[in-house]
Amino acid sequence: MINIKNIHKSYVMGQSRLHVLKGIDLEIKSGEMISVMGASGSGKSTLLNILGILDNYDTGEYSLDGTPIRKLNERKAAALRNHLLGFVFQSFNLISFKNAMENVALPLYYQKVSRKKRNIIAMEYLERMGLKEWAHHLPNELSGGQKQRIAIARALIAKPKVILADEPTGALDSVTSLEMMDILQEINRTGITMVIVTHEHDIAARTEKTIKITDGIITEIIKN
Amino acid sequence: MFDLDRWQEIYHVLRKNKLRTFLTAFGVFWGIFMLVIMLGSGNGLENGITQNFGDMATNSVFIWGQQTSVSYKGFPRGRRIEYENSDILALQKGIPEIKYLAPRTNVGGYDGTSNVLRKLKAGQFALFGDFPVFNQIDPVNMVKGRFLNDLDLKEKRKVVVIGQRVVELLFEKGEEPLNQYIEINGVYFKVIGVFRSKRTGEQASGDNQRIHMPFTTLQRTFNYGNTVGFFNVTAKDDVPVDVVENKAMDILKKRHAVAPSDDDAIGHFNLRKEYDKMEGLFFGIRLLVWIVGTGTLLAGVIGVSNIMLVVVKERTKEIGIQRALGATPINIISQIITESVVLTTFAGYFGLTIGVGLLELINYLLSSSGANTEMFVHPGVDFKVAVMALCILIVSGALAGFIPARRAVSVKPIDALRYE
Ligand SMILES: Nc1ncnc2c1ncn2[C@@H]1O[C@H](COP(=O)(O)OP(=O)(O)O)[C@@H](O)[C@H]1O
Ligand SMILES: [Mg+2]
Repeated sequence: MINIKNIHKSYVMGQSRLHVLKGIDLEIKSGEMISVMGASGSGKSTLLNILGILDNYDTGEYSLDGTPIRKLNERKAAALRNHLLGFVFQSFNLISFKNAMENVALPLYYQKVSRKKRNIIAMEYLERMGLKEWAHHLPNELSGGQKQRIAIARALIAKPKVILADEPTGALDSVTSLEMMDILQEINRTGITMVIVTHEHDIAARTEKTIKITDGIITEIIKN
Repeated sequence: MFDLDRWQEIYHVLRKNKLRTFLTAFGVFWGIFMLVIMLGSGNGLENGITQNFGDMATNSVFIWGQQTSVSYKGFPRGRRIEYENSDILALQKGIPEIKYLAPRTNVGGYDGTSNVLRKLKAGQFALFGDFPVFNQIDPVNMVKGRFLNDLDLKEKRKVVVIGQRVVELLFEKGEEPLNQYIEINGVYFKVIGVFRSKRTGEQASGDNQRIHMPFTTLQRTFNYGNTVGFFNVTAKDDVPVDVVENKAMDILKKRHAVAPSDDDAIGHFNLRKEYDKMEGLFFGIRLLVWIVGTGTLLAGVIGVSNIMLVVVKERTKEIGIQRALGATPINIISQIITESVVLTTFAGYFGLTIGVGLLELINYLLSSSGANTEMFVHPGVDFKVAVMALCILIVSGALAGFIPARRAVSVKPIDALRYE
């Protein structure tokens, strides 16, 4: 599903150059659930953003579901993000003036699904997340756990093949975090590939494989 | 395509900072408002001035006699040039380009008036001896009866066509002037027609105090012999009147022994040239109005563009989220441009309607107050111009949105997402 070879990435800031990823090789099979761990600043988010085609890389090869990702134009990248990928962020990233249902439905808006139809589908996903009653609330009326479940529903609605989650439990208390992992595991059981960046060991322990990144290179792959 | 999500977003963005939206919209409103008011006023001025021409053929020239300034063929300088009936024929024969030739003689010379009596009422009016063709060159509206005809001239009938003001001053209210007699300098004439000027304001009231009688009648009755006061000549439609003017000058100079170099002996006034000068002036006014108006409008549009830049910056993160969920650059750009166009069009539409409304109000006040507004008639803008202004607005709204929109999609999605 995901295949990267010798990926390098540097950030250029004025005169200085920060080499963040120093040759990453990684293969993630379809339906796998893996976690990425490492110290803060080791390059986890950078790697995940490259996988999500939100950021570019300098050298190396990346193919997503058989499609080579290199110098993709933004229209094709948008289509891939829309159809193949679902994102879950630490800070939820919901749109403030749209209610829960509209937020969940948004990916289908970009597929030109009619408003009526996509709202019906969004309601189904909200129900799966146990948030049917909250469908017409705005994000700022919801708790962190509720917001993250809406974000997960939104990541799922376009039936992606891969879910990329960057510290999805980072802003949640431990009880809610475990609930969130239950949900993600359940999703993974439906066959969706999942990559979770985290620095919590008990979260990582619930994935099949943990990849350790130190200073821009993969130093360890642990089977859980 | 009515896209509720798109409108929801526009509504949200415009509402989020109401004062800013209002001020931005006001810039555009003011631009188009000023453009409409200035165009309308320009048109009012133009209408006012062109109405002074009435329906007069602009391809025409007036020719009258003055004094020679050069001695020639034994004649001293300072001799008065006077035309006579034989000049009429000479001009007609010598200049095939003439369309209408209307000689005229007025009693008392230019600006002179005659005493006119009718029963117990009396007045001072300008008195002209005319050819029927005069009404082709500088037409009047016949209110009653008819204008002079060829038979009137041939039989030297004692008939007159009088202006409406003459009727008001010489007749009782409601009295029928047709076929009544008025006494001019002791001679009785029958009224065969009443007219009203096609001009407006002061010029019109001058016209309406005139009395026209057959050219031949005037010459005989008031002892003018063969004298012709002046000529009003129009050229055929495809001939510039200058050609006729120059030929007429040559012929008249020869016939009256005027030196070819003497430019003072024969007075002439080319209406075409005056009209062209006026047209030039109007063109200048119009150009100025458009430059100033579109400048003001442009300032408003630049304001919109600036605000859109700020709006886009504020929404960077939101745009990043949308792009992560699959929004294409086209989605983002068209959203921002729609916002910009909605804002400009909405504000512009108000400016347009309020501007046009104000002009209509002025129009109404001018006509209902009955003010003598010779220089300012029917201010207003063409429907076509209004539509054009609206189109300019929509296009400029789109342009105003384009630069910020391009900026919004030029950053990497991740940079947009990280923006705080
Ligand atoms: N946009 C950026 N510009 C410059 N430096 C960046 C940028 N994003 C991340 N970095 C730097 O790259 C390194 C890796 O960042 P990141 O991938 O976010 O680490 P992690 O997610 O593992 O904490 C850090 O030192 C960070 O400061
Ligand atoms: Mg990180």
